[in-house]
Amino acid sequence: MSMLEAAHQNDIDLEGACEGSLACSTCHVIVMDVDYYKKLEEPTDEENDMLDLAFGLTETSRLGCQVIAKPELDGMRLALPAATRNFAVDGFKPKPH
Amino acid sequence: MLKALDGAEVDILDRLPTPFGLVRSGVAPDHPETKLSHLPETWKQIVVNQFSRVAANERCSFFGNVNLGTTVSLSDLCKMYDAVVLAYGAESDRYLGVPGEDLGGIYSAREFVWWYNGHPDCSNVSPDLKNTDTAVVLGQGNVALDVARILLRPINELETTDIAEHALTSLRESTIRKVYLVGRRGPVQAACTAKELREILGIKDLHVCIQKADLLTSAADEEELKKGRIQRRVYELFSKAATSHQQHDIVGQRELHFMFFRKPDRFLPSESGNTVSGVRLEKTCLKENGASGKQVAVGTGQFEDLKCGLVLKSVGYKSVPVDGLPFDEYRGVVPNMKGRVLSLDQAEHAIVEKGLYVTGWLKRGPTGIIATNLYCAEETVASILEDFKNGLLTPSSGSPKPGRQGLLQVLENKNARFVPFSGWEKIDTKERMEGELRNKPRKKITTWEELLLAVDG
Repeated sequence: MSMLEAAHQNDIDLEGACEGSLACSTCHVIVMDVDYYKKLEEPTDEENDMLDLAFGLTETSRLGCQVIAKPELDGMRLALPAATRNFAVDGFKPKPH
Repeated sequence: MLKALDGAEVDILDRLPTPFGLVRSGVAPDHPETKLSHLPETWKQIVVNQFSRVAANERCSFFGNVNLGTTVSLSDLCKMYDAVVLAYGAESDRYLGVPGEDLGGIYSAREFVWWYNGHPDCSNVSPDLKNTDTAVVLGQGNVALDVARILLRPINELETTDIAEHALTSLRESTIRKVYLVGRRGPVQAACTAKELREILGIKDLHVCIQKADLLTSAADEEELKKGRIQRRVYELFSKAATSHQQHDIVGQRELHFMFFRKPDRFLPSESGNTVSGVRLEKTCLKENGASGKQVAVGTGQFEDLKCGLVLKSVGYKSVPVDGLPFDEYRGVVPNMKGRVLSLDQAEHAIVEKGLYVTGWLKRGPTGIIATNLYCAEETVASILEDFKNGLLTPSSGSPKPGRQGLLQVLENKNARFVPFSGWEKIDTKERMEGELRNKPRKKITTWEELLLAVDG
């Protein structure tokens, strides 16, 4: 399960406008502890392309749809960026899978 | 707007019968060589879905085939609506202003893009792709990369896209095998972004030429790279491409040449005198512009000629002014403060035009990608909502403005035939049906007459 899916399943307002297809940066999250950031696999070129556009990018930023849960990440804290950009103009909220 | 204000009604006007703007006429039909190659259709569809959901809202109406200026004037709209938002982008081109620019065979990238994307204004452009093996593209932004890629793609890869049929036919017979992408400055300043550059560098059987000497960086270049994550990634891609591509002896292999530090001095005519046969380029070097801190290209007096039969100028779009709308001719945008249109009063002071707003390229200039425009729209909407909350949009006369009913009346008086969203849906259905017969997502209808005919059908 990705962090984006986890957020939706727990009613956290993390937008995923492109539905996890690496075509936007609305699910941008900041990994708060650099130790956990290092445990993640390097972002692919495609993820980096979208991170280029993220508002408030940091050294430990990732796209929530690309971070997949695994036991080693237990306890990881993710922060949502200061400004969230809601792309869905009609308030459309994607339903959890 | 609909989300934020319960009773708000929004009407969307477009001079074309079809909505979606650049999503339909600007985005390239192909995007090869990525593992997400289904992507353009997917996210185009997502954008289309979002827009369609908005248009289906009963508080929203789409009015296609309504031209600001000829069908309805800006002052008409301001009388009828509490808020008017201008979002009509940039439909013209920056002019180079060099000799020979009017020769045949020289087009703006915009015209070429509209031509292969089936925009009804450019269905008759008919660029000659058979008189030469070399095309020169001036500019190195994403649009320049798009047009270069369309010229160099193997035809079978274009056949399953929604590229316009007339373009497919021309490209099938094209003799163009070499494309030069010419930039005034160096790889550190190239305006393209990493994803687009990576895509074109990854095209199968395409020989890419980048001179290693062009990759040398100055101290000022290093500063720019340090501050710019996007520039760093683009520069790294250029560096890798310059070292990895080998000498080729494959006959007929297509070539893509990145030329840096060259600016166009003039276009050279052919013997007949009315078409282009080459570009004279002047070598440049970079000088720091004290005021802006940016590095600018300065001519060195060294010239060289590049033979070609097609030139595409991809040096920037420009917005078109409209009667009654304040316009900054130099920057090509509408003066504004967070989207609120500004004009000058008698004493040359900037004042806010009540109820008039601007967003997108018309507000910021023709740069940025889809995401940039979304953030920009949010800012303008925030201004509208703030003004509404502060009572600044209440009509001075006291009685409410006629809105949609007023517009319908004006259109009826003029006998103007507008296209509602259901009209677009008819066009859409026809295009997709025709596309299915040809293994494409759609077969675009590309002339005004046929578009309006499809609405009737």
